[in-house]
Amino acid sequence: MDFAQLLISGLANGCVYGLIALGFVLIYKATEAINFAQGDMMMLGAFITLALTNDNHMGLPFIPSVLIAIAVMAVFGYLLDALMLRHVFGQPQIAVVILTIAIGYIIRFGAGLIWGHEPQSLHSPLAGQDITIAGIALGLDEIAVIIVTILLTGFLYGFFAHTRTGIAIQAASQNQLAAYYMGVPVRRVYSLVWGLSGVVAAIAGVLFASKGSIDPNTGLLGIKAFAAAVIGGFGSLPGALLGGLIVGVIEPFASRYGPSGYAQIAPYLLLVLVLVFRPHGLLPQVQQKKV
Amino acid sequence: MRFVFKTHYDQDLGLFKHTQHRVCYALLGAIMVALPWLISDYLLGEFTLVLIWSIAGMGLMILIGQTGQASLGHAAFLAIGAYSVVLLQERAGLPFLLAFPLAGLISGVCGALIARPIAKLHGVYLAIATLALGILVEDIIVIAEAWTGGVGGLFAPDIDIFGHTFNKYINPADLYFLILGITVVLVLLYKNLLRSPLGRAFAAIRDSEVSAQAMGVEIAKTKSLSFALSAAYTGLAGALLGHFTGIFNNETFTIIMSINMLMMIVIGGVGSIHGAFFGAAVFVLLPTIIAFARDGLATLGLGNAVVIPGIEAGIFAAILIAFLLFEPLGIYGRWVKIRTWFELFPLARRDMFKRNQSFLKTERTR
Repeated sequence: MDFAQLLISGLANGCVYGLIALGFVLIYKATEAINFAQGDMMMLGAFITLALTNDNHMGLPFIPSVLIAIAVMAVFGYLLDALMLRHVFGQPQIAVVILTIAIGYIIRFGAGLIWGHEPQSLHSPLAGQDITIAGIALGLDEIAVIIVTILLTGFLYGFFAHTRTGIAIQAASQNQLAAYYMGVPVRRVYSLVWGLSGVVAAIAGVLFASKGSIDPNTGLLGIKAFAAAVIGGFGSLPGALLGGLIVGVIEPFASRYGPSGYAQIAPYLLLVLVLVFRPHGLLPQVQQKKV
Repeated sequence: MRFVFKTHYDQDLGLFKHTQHRVCYALLGAIMVALPWLISDYLLGEFTLVLIWSIAGMGLMILIGQTGQASLGHAAFLAIGAYSVVLLQERAGLPFLLAFPLAGLISGVCGALIARPIAKLHGVYLAIATLALGILVEDIIVIAEAWTGGVGGLFAPDIDIFGHTFNKYINPADLYFLILGITVVLVLLYKNLLRSPLGRAFAAIRDSEVSAQAMGVEIAKTKSLSFALSAAYTGLAGALLGHFTGIFNNETFTIIMSINMLMMIVIGGVGSIHGAFFGAAVFVLLPTIIAFARDGLATLGLGNAVVIPGIEAGIFAAILIAFLLFEPLGIYGRWVKIRTWFELFPLARRDMFKRNQSFLKTERTR
């Protein structure tokens, strides 16, 4: 009983990590940039929804506010690339890392300025409702997280495999110059990917916020999601989800059965082990370099 | 325009290129020595802190600027340095003069040890591995409470050299001179490192690992050495920082501090010793400047001295973004451009420093 409950709540947490990791990997696959602000974008998406739907703010219905937040985050991601990331293109990878970290700082600062530093909770229709299946009490929010993650992953798979835009993104990611020659508008495609990852961030944010409270520092969760992405193999979408699930499941079990104090370092310990023994993650995507 | 006419081989080897170069550094040295008589004790303390952070910045610069390896967890080495210098003095009873270099050595050995497995990683993977190590050290400090004092932290005693104590409140000038001396020695070491075969090997790895290997550079060994040297510098800075702040615990050396160090050297200018100093100056003096500006605005009647939480981090990040977008080479890069304009006057061209158009080179195939 205990085991199953830990597993379900771990899976639900893992889905959120997986969704943030998915945002990382989307951008990394397409543009080779690592977006350290992904966690902060998630936080921003959650706060926008909160500002729209909570009674002490604007008090709009839940579903429309989520849709508006998703749209806002899509535009935000698009503009982030068009106005900033595009200009550091071609510089060493570390420049992009630092730029996105700085963007994350700014988002956190802005969110703190607008919404304050106190933890707030999202008034979602899912929060705080339990259903009991076979003696296991499950939160409706946890089930929703898992279902939405599965749906979103299916949607993304379909998008990349079967739409013109998805295939253009794949082309631009595999060979930028060749994609240019074939008439793919590479710049717009890259900005689109950033917009898409903004959408994923907003959804992850709403799901995370309906499971608990959020504050501007919630974005630091992105670091854990980043670990998840690397465990799974940076550059593989199923890998990102798998890594997120592993990290999410390990955490509650480590704190339940492991010695105290070690629970929070378990994911990073695993990360270091994975990096040492399988340097490119569990589902690697690396070929030999040709000089 | 200046032409340096070389008449002797020593000129190629010398630290200074020409007379003006020498005069500039002599002037800088004179100002640094005269500083305690020129500014208040508070500002002197800030300058001491700038020097300490410059040493830390140089440490990170060896790794990022010279060898081209990213590290997002360098606060770990600051922590190792700070904890070992205090523990060596209090538990082992060593004098500061022995404990200080030993702290650097311990940190360096730790750097070399972790470099062996992670130096073969690249790009993102290296960044995240170092990030994870930084987070792990933060938690290990809490777990190893018997040694580190855990959340309660450690008190660092005053630096004591042959019975003479250095305290930032009682004799700030003495402390300043001590740290200035250490900084000068470390800068000379760094400068000589760059001119040695090892320094050239670092640069070769930074510019192209494959070509470096083809030229006979042992990649794994050189990278480990780079990690070790970088960790040693950072450890020394950590030791000084521990003594300077007087008390530290696990929350002193967070991942935010690692990231700040990284931002510091990017603002200063990656790849140059000057950059470490410029970056440290911006990083340390920015809160002071903001505080002064806030007071100034308040006396002018504009804004009633509102304290916005996190404004330092926000402004720091905004400056950083501006630099990355408009001057990727940092403050030092801008300075070189201005200097070149004057040296070549009126022949400087606008596109002299223009970068070539670059296309994405994937790191997934390697």
